Amino acid sequence: MKPARFCYHQPTTVDEAVALLGQLAPEDGRILAGGQSLVPTMAFRMAQPPHLIDINGIAELAGIEVDGDIVRIGACVRHTAFEVAGAVPGATGVWLRKVVRHIAHYPIRTRGTFCGSVANADPASEWCCAVTAIDGRIVARSASGVRRIAANQFFEGVMATTRRDDELVTSVELSLLPEGTRCGFAEFSRRPGDFAIAMAMASYRLVDGNRIAEARIAVGGAEPMPRRIAQAEAELNGKTPSTPVFAAVADAAAAAIDPMEDSNNTADYRRGLVRTMTLRALENAA
Amino acid sequence: MSGNPSDKVEIALDVNGRVHHARVEPRKTLVDVIRDDCGQTGTHIGCEHGVCGACTVLLDGEPVRSCLMFAVQAQGCKIRTVEGLQSGNELHPMQQAFMDHHALQCGFCTPGFLMLAVGVLEKRPDISDEEMLDVLSSNLCRCTGYQNIIKAVKAAAHTMKAADD
Repeated sequence: MKPARFCYHQPTTVDEAVALLGQLAPEDGRILAGGQSLVPTMAFRMAQPPHLIDINGIAELAGIEVDGDIVRIGACVRHTAFEVAGAVPGATGVWLRKVVRHIAHYPIRTRGTFCGSVANADPASEWCCAVTAIDGRIVARSASGVRRIAANQFFEGVMATTRRDDELVTSVELSLLPEGTRCGFAEFSRRPGDFAIAMAMASYRLVDGNRIAEARIAVGGAEPMPRRIAQAEAELNGKTPSTPVFAAVADAAAAAIDPMEDSNNTADYRRGLVRTMTLRALENAA
Repeated sequence: MSGNPSDKVEIALDVNGRVHHARVEPRKTLVDVIRDDCGQTGTHIGCEHGVCGACTVLLDGEPVRSCLMFAVQAQGCKIRTVEGLQSGNELHPMQQAFMDHHALQCGFCTPGFLMLAVGVLEKRPDISDEEMLDVLSSNLCRCTGYQNIIKAVKAAAHTMKAADD
């Protein structure tokens, strides 16, 4: 199927893009970044935006910048950028590198963008789960200024966020996790590259020899939006890594969630997957 | 930039080293322009929503779904399609390996698989078998059952590497 007609705009600066968006958002003008979700939706005619503002030509959005203990991921950074060792320093980079190979397929990852995935807010998005796990901030710019929105204030539901239509996500900021942080990821999908039915991210640090601190457990794909699971983190903090401890954390994560149901996946099935993925993410981190 | 949605825009696309000029609507996908306006019909259109990979081409050396881009976006990029693989009358090692290993039956998916495998191997000649399997899972083939495609790509990887050494 062919997309419906639209006017094509190709700004070369963020100021120009934000001005266009402010003017065209009321008419359902949309941002085009990687296009790997938007263009299929247009091909199905489920989206028929009369204006597309293509931000791929904006040089200031193209890079990953490290600024002290913050890494800033520009709106046009492709998924494949994170496959390169050292693209993001330290434990955060290692974690993102474990996650990225689960995103769709390679020819999708060469075009799709990190920030586009976050703005799209699909519950099965690996990056939405990662931004939540790391407590990232979404930088949204409009003609009226810049907002830095914490991940746990950004996602509102299935493909719904607190971004206003006139706001362009210019970057996502992630804190660099302390050296020595152990990070793991696991997801389940029926075929490689399919949307995940459930995923989990786990990280922690060992202090005083062998005691777990700074636990982070985030679950994605199972509920309408990703979130950190405080009950599972409480179960992990202060313990010594072992299979029974990890199993108790996985049980706590499974008990804490309210899984979505669809024609293929019952709530109980998803709950079971969350248990298994949390356990695997912890084993992957160890 | 276009004023009215139906306004056509002038574009120039570099396909296999030759510049093609066309007047197209912004909504026209890269694959449609490659086929209709550039006359390079070797690239096939399958699902038109990014799932099957039949339309895979190389954009500045990276495999992309050409149904998920608009042609206006590909200006200034170097596009390679299946027509650009052979040199003179000599098939690319990947094309030869697909013949030798019976890696195609109906052939509809073949241009996409060739560009995917060539694009990845040119960047990563030492890619592991496991990672290549993951890469090849990007595209759909409804005839072969994939086993002969995997055999062909492994054989071509060897030939391409030997030619480079």
